[in-house]
Amino acid sequence: MTLNGWAQIALVLALVVAAALPLGRYIAAISAGRVTFLAPIERLILGVGGIDPARGMGWRAYTLAMLAANATGFVLLYALLRLQGVLPFNPQGFAGLSPWLAFNTAVSFVTNTNWQAYSGESAMSYLSQMAGLGVQNFLSASTGIALALAVSRAFASGGLRDLGNFWADFTRITLYLLLPLAIALGIAFVAMGIPQTLAPYAEATTLEGGRQVIPLGPAAFQVAIKHLGTNGGGFFGANSAHPFEGPSALATALQIWAQAVIPFALALAFGHIVGDRRQGRALMLVMLGYVLLGTGLIYAAEAAGNPLHIAAGLDPAMGNMEGKEVRFGLALTALFTATTTGASCGAVNAMIDSFTPLGGLVPMFLIQLGEVLPGGVGSGLYGMLVFALLAVFVAGLMVGRTPEYLGKKVQAREVKLAMLAVLVLPATILGFAAVSLVLPAAIASIQEAGPHGLSEMLYAYTSAAGNNGSAFGGLTADTPWLNTTLGIAMLLGRFAYVVPVMAIAGAVAAKPKLAASSGTFPTHGPLFAGLLAGVILILGGLQFMPALALGPLAEHFVLLAGKTF
Amino acid sequence: MTSPLRPALATVGLFTILLGLAAPLAMTGLAAAAFPERAKGSPVMRDGQLAGSALLGQDFHADRYFHPRPSATTEADPAVSGGTRPAPYNAAASAASQLGPTSATLLEAVRQRAAGLGGRAVPADAATASGSGLDPDISPANAARQLRRVAEARGLPEARVAALLAAETRGRELGIFGEPRVNVLRLNIALDATGPGR
Repeated sequence: MTLNGWAQIALVLALVVAAALPLGRYIAAISAGRVTFLAPIERLILGVGGIDPARGMGWRAYTLAMLAANATGFVLLYALLRLQGVLPFNPQGFAGLSPWLAFNTAVSFVTNTNWQAYSGESAMSYLSQMAGLGVQNFLSASTGIALALAVSRAFASGGLRDLGNFWADFTRITLYLLLPLAIALGIAFVAMGIPQTLAPYAEATTLEGGRQVIPLGPAAFQVAIKHLGTNGGGFFGANSAHPFEGPSALATALQIWAQAVIPFALALAFGHIVGDRRQGRALMLVMLGYVLLGTGLIYAAEAAGNPLHIAAGLDPAMGNMEGKEVRFGLALTALFTATTTGASCGAVNAMIDSFTPLGGLVPMFLIQLGEVLPGGVGSGLYGMLVFALLAVFVAGLMVGRTPEYLGKKVQAREVKLAMLAVLVLPATILGFAAVSLVLPAAIASIQEAGPHGLSEMLYAYTSAAGNNGSAFGGLTADTPWLNTTLGIAMLLGRFAYVVPVMAIAGAVAAKPKLAASSGTFPTHGPLFAGLLAGVILILGGLQFMPALALGPLAEHFVLLAGKTF
Repeated sequence: MTSPLRPALATVGLFTILLGLAAPLAMTGLAAAAFPERAKGSPVMRDGQLAGSALLGQDFHADRYFHPRPSATTEADPAVSGGTRPAPYNAAASAASQLGPTSATLLEAVRQRAAGLGGRAVPADAATASGSGLDPDISPANAARQLRRVAEARGLPEARVAALLAAETRGRELGIFGEPRVNVLRLNIALDATGPGR
């Protein structure tokens, strides 16, 4: 680790926080319907849909509308992927995807996971990229943010009958938040070297007379929303490690900024929506603390390098460079990895499968903690609020008082639903991983023997259920078993989680808002932040310890003992 | 409760047109006008012919060229149905080794590459494959170790190659981001422009 490396990390995170402050206020204004600069387009969309934006929805109607939008997106994307061979904008003449792969990919992009069992430059037509995957990058992000706004409103005042109008939220977030940011960022990415063209792949004659096919495509705009919407699905197979997708250290720094800024801003938007900015800041500081800790651990592990490779003659100065790009350096690689897994993005600028055991453990654990640090756009905030409810519940148990959060009593129904939501992730991840580790058809997908093989399988279901999308890429994921079960894990991680959360929001909204008294536990100070951080670690992380001990931890000690497989 | 079908079809349909066609096509037009070279992949031309991309690495074996990092990219193997064979710097299929830290295959590869490079204090980037398999850069330390070989093969004074190398070494971006590096393709083009190769 170097001082310059830490300066890079500090600068990027400072820019994230600096931008999140005004952006949080702006998102709260969108939520309140006060942003209107694209009103004609908004009116057109709402008009065609027969939508009255002023008509509020209860939690059931809101959730049902969200599911309808996502189901429509899934059907459209599945059809597009299957039919891309006969559709336009396909200069390389790629055939339609297999049913297994099309199902997996459509679920993956609709649930904001962006797990990829294909490689973009050798499978996807330009139309599939733009009108299929690119559109879902926007809409899955708007879905998450809309849900987070609905949950936030439940805490704003007492006796609420509705949580807002899903269609209005969905449309406004897309038009006023994601589209302008994606256009600005897309232009910046073209200026930095990410291609944006409809021309077919070019063929070059190299200096030594060889032949090199240069893949192209309308990448810059899609890469912009891929980070802003914490989607993470690469235009090219190597994702942001590809020189066309991450052309420079500056581009990778901007991508880190883009994938972290909206999740952090949403925590602050929550403070604005509930009328107490300190509440949002407390949530954001917990997120920031974990990101810093995770970055430091990855940075330290990768900078220390692989002892076996050093013994084989490598200079330890550069650390572990397998799977990493020279232009980014270790500091930005570590920060990228911590934010992409903490934020449920899943883009990668280095291959996590080739990280040192501890360097690979941290990103996996950041996902397992529930994708709330800072989590995906929207899903991070509502996940964090679930943990906040559990934190005040734990505090209430200690002193024997009925817990409250923001003046809303937290009672048996809310705590049961919160626990139900929190259990979705470990049940899905550990359940599927356990079955896959004894099923011959699944074991055949594992590349590495020894504990690393277990890590590959565990990471796949962690990534899918956490709606992250990054991978230990050695795993051969394009098989019927993995395409199907990972698809189911993504659906459970998204929708089985969000339905109980929306039920909590419905129950909380109806409750009266009590005034704070001398007995109220303040939820904006360091005591609460510490308690929340602890609850996330214990309730979110503890159940994964045995699996992690068998995978990355075991591999760490095996590596120290000098054994390979 | 009204049916959510109509609003779902309207929003998803109209957004597909707006975000999936109108916006990316407008962006493509804008990119071609404002950044014509970068929008089409930063092509490098030589004698009127496309010689590669300034952003993508390419394979070099000859002693008179600087060599890039090892690359794990592959291509389809016509001899084996569904099989692949190594094809370094195949830009049509970016790929990493994806080998783990306790992989015997990786350790053996690193050992062989390190042995071929003198076996002691080998710059890590010279013996490991990149994440994309297309890394265009090498570290200044890696380039410095290749200097004598290139100078001898070209019959050039070492100082002259060193001066070229220094000119092609780029520092951190904006003075802070990333690490110092050398673009191998640019350096080799500059070498070819300097004097006769053998």
